[in-house]
Amino acid sequence: MTPSRSLWHRPGAWLRLAFGLLLIGLLPQAHALTPQEALAISSGDTDARIAALHKAAAKPDPQLADFLHKLLDGDVQIDGTMVQVQQGDAWIDLATGKAVTPSDNAQGVVNNNYVRKELQSARAALDLFSPQRTQRLKAVQQLQDDPTSVDRGLVEQALKTEKDPEILQRLQLLHAAILLSSASAADRLAAAKELAASNYPAVRALLLSRLDKKDGAFVESSPLVRTQIEKSLAEIDGRLAWGERLGTLFSGISLGSILLLAALGLAVTYGLMGVINMAQGEFIMIGAYATYVMQSLFQHYLPGYVHYALIAAVPFSFVVAGSIGMLIERTIIRRLYGRPLETLLATWGISLVLIQAVRSLFGPQNVQVDNPPWMSGGFNIMANLILPYNRMVIIAFTVVVLLGMWLLISRTRLGLFVRAVTQNRPMASCVGVRIARVDMLAFGLGTGIAGLAGCALSQIGNVSPEMGTGYIVDCFMVVVLGGVGQLTGTVAAALGLGVANTLLEGVAGAVLAKIAVLVAIILFIQKRPQGMFALKGRSVES
Amino acid sequence: MDRRTALKTVGGAVAAAAASTLPFPAIAASKAPIKVGILHSLSGTMAISETALKDVDLMTIAEINAAGGVDGHMIEPVVVDPASNWPLFAEKARQLISQDKVAAIFGCWTSVSRKSVLPVLDELNGLLFYPVQFEGQEQNKHVVYTGAAPNQQAIPATEYLMSKDGGGAKRFFLLGTDYVYPRTTNAILRGFLHSKGVKDADIAEVYTPFGFSNYQNIVADIKKFASGGPTCVISTVNGDSNVPFYKELGNQGIKATDIPVVGFSIAEQEIAGMDIKPLVGQLTAWNYFESLKNPRNAKFVKSWQDYVKAKGLKDYPVTDDPMEASYIGIHLWKQAVEKAKSTKTDEVRKALIGQKFAAPDGYTVEVLENQYLSKPVFIGQINDKAQFDVVWKSKGLVPGESWSPYIPKPKNA
Repeated sequence: MTPSRSLWHRPGAWLRLAFGLLLIGLLPQAHALTPQEALAISSGDTDARIAALHKAAAKPDPQLADFLHKLLDGDVQIDGTMVQVQQGDAWIDLATGKAVTPSDNAQGVVNNNYVRKELQSARAALDLFSPQRTQRLKAVQQLQDDPTSVDRGLVEQALKTEKDPEILQRLQLLHAAILLSSASAADRLAAAKELAASNYPAVRALLLSRLDKKDGAFVESSPLVRTQIEKSLAEIDGRLAWGERLGTLFSGISLGSILLLAALGLAVTYGLMGVINMAQGEFIMIGAYATYVMQSLFQHYLPGYVHYALIAAVPFSFVVAGSIGMLIERTIIRRLYGRPLETLLATWGISLVLIQAVRSLFGPQNVQVDNPPWMSGGFNIMANLILPYNRMVIIAFTVVVLLGMWLLISRTRLGLFVRAVTQNRPMASCVGVRIARVDMLAFGLGTGIAGLAGCALSQIGNVSPEMGTGYIVDCFMVVVLGGVGQLTGTVAAALGLGVANTLLEGVAGAVLAKIAVLVAIILFIQKRPQGMFALKGRSVES
Repeated sequence: MDRRTALKTVGGAVAAAAASTLPFPAIAASKAPIKVGILHSLSGTMAISETALKDVDLMTIAEINAAGGVDGHMIEPVVVDPASNWPLFAEKARQLISQDKVAAIFGCWTSVSRKSVLPVLDELNGLLFYPVQFEGQEQNKHVVYTGAAPNQQAIPATEYLMSKDGGGAKRFFLLGTDYVYPRTTNAILRGFLHSKGVKDADIAEVYTPFGFSNYQNIVADIKKFASGGPTCVISTVNGDSNVPFYKELGNQGIKATDIPVVGFSIAEQEIAGMDIKPLVGQLTAWNYFESLKNPRNAKFVKSWQDYVKAKGLKDYPVTDDPMEASYIGIHLWKQAVEKAKSTKTDEVRKALIGQKFAAPDGYTVEVLENQYLSKPVFIGQINDKAQFDVVWKSKGLVPGESWSPYIPKPKNA
């Protein structure tokens, strides 16, 4: 096999070769990081460190990039004048590359946020020359977040070599942001014009800072450039405003989905069965604790799969909360049908018993339910709009639970029985429906769904024995506002409350928003006691 | 797991019983024990922070007893649980003083709980050692303030954020739980920022209820506010709300290098067990960190870890500032009782002024005339090991100011 053939079969080798040639052509003056430079970057006072960093990072240097990664990960320490980096468990002397045993005087390098920011920018600037597209993209995105600390020469060099259109466009915007403080007014004018296309809040802040006054004079001396900056700012604001609006809408829907999930169970027990279940919140709490138990079981027996504990916790929390619910229905609630006041008192008592039981079992303190990594972080849609994964998962989960419940109530035999028993108990009994069993299953369904809600809520809030009491008011609010016995109403009320609460929170703050929403609901119920959607037909009159 | 949590709940009772029944040196048997009250929430929204204080109190008392007690008298702790319920704090304090006849009370975290205990202390001539940073603006002769006043925490932290090292903040988002401590601290900070020439347009003030958990909108607002210039967040969020708040910060991609967040109620105990990666670089200001390197601190941390292990108490055996302040408080009280040769409030109070104690923070703290302490100030940054790296420290001790110069002093004070 000839060498050229083997290369032909390995496209990766071609790429490496090409990049190697590129590097050689580009960086004749590429130099290695000296231990003195490393020491100057990692010790001394902040300004001296940053000056040393800028000096070393003025040219692309893969070794420096490596060192900066280590510094930012906290893997560098200073022992006297020796710089040591951590590799696995061993400490390596940067100068010799040999493993050393650190003395007692070894001090880990601490980077304050100012230094960290500069280090990150320097690292990102060096990463602009990385062979991997994703790394270059990440680097340029990061630099766009903070365009003030980048070395102009590096960006211009990267502009010459970059081929990818998306990265190139970002690089040009970044370049413009740097040019904004150039000495030439023409450069600044062109930059201000170009920056109108940017979506970054950092760029907006940068433009704003040019309009500031310092010692009586504008930072930006040319009035022509100032007008252009104002024009560009208006354009950016217009687009950022959309990001904000979308963000508010998303928050509203997310809050609505949480309310809906919490209230769905109550929509069954109260809405369909008419049981005023004050312990509904405690079933949410039980679901959350079931999630915690599942997580602990995974930690003990399947530590490798602990990130999937949440998936196993979904059916588990449903079954646990549902079974406890059915048990309580069988033993207590079935004796109280048709006596709402006594049901209210009895379920209030049950809620206290459940809270105390959990407190005795798990302790009075909050328990920690971890977010699996696939639910941490967020999806970056616009520069000022990140949709957190955990919220998206919960919205999707709510839709699935809602769909499942709707199918169960409207398409299955059990659902038919539940509706029949709700509408006319004696008649359903007459035609042979075993109403006691239907009651038990329906109650189990309602509490099981509350358990599912608890499983989801453990991902965003705290899990404590008292957590349920915080949700019970919201649940009743949603169900009553939506119209008792109406699933559509529950959905509409939950989303409406979520969005209204979010909008008000932006104007009035969290405390006032809550009060305002409560007052609005009271007024609404005064006007329309049957809720948003009223049940029509004979069963209402009875 | 169940056994451990079960142990946790009865831990207080066990320790209390142990302290009074264990065989101690012969001198101890001849003298009557001195009762002290421990008044910390062991359940509810504040339990996340206060439970550890109860445990460190018991540890310190056990240590003092093992070393011969107070002038030969054993200390007998009486543990009560006010359950994060502010009126219950007053009731329990009354019970401690009038029924249990305790010589002093070590307790409270939130200022609202301290304020509700004050009338009881005034009425029954009690003595409270309060171990938590707070808003100042109070000088009650029945309270010894071993935590930080605003000039020992909030003001230096804000100054740091405005400095080049801290990110040169020009805009300030003041976020807090809705009660007396955050509101007063923010009023002081507003006065301080005005004195530095910051305009009201660059200060946002937002409050949330206790136990609040939906920080989505607030974090979005922080981002929006930050697009107007270099911004920092000064958080006086208290209790378990901190967990969802910091989770949301991480999920919405707020990095310390873009928008630094300094939290005054977040210490080693609170961040233990959080997903720490997204929070690296976020700040806090205290008078003590577990990561401080000095022999006294090494001893303090070691004895806490041993205590936790022996009692099977917690998943996260870390020390923090309010724990150190509790430790200091008990020792100062012991020294004062020994000096006064009495446990009577008035005499102990007199003996307390000027008491010095070599604290785990590496400095010798002192009780001032106003019953505040002079303490060092540190600003720490969260690192990836859920500890704090000190990025700034005060030059020597800073005396606690009871009345901030940045807001008017109340007339009746």
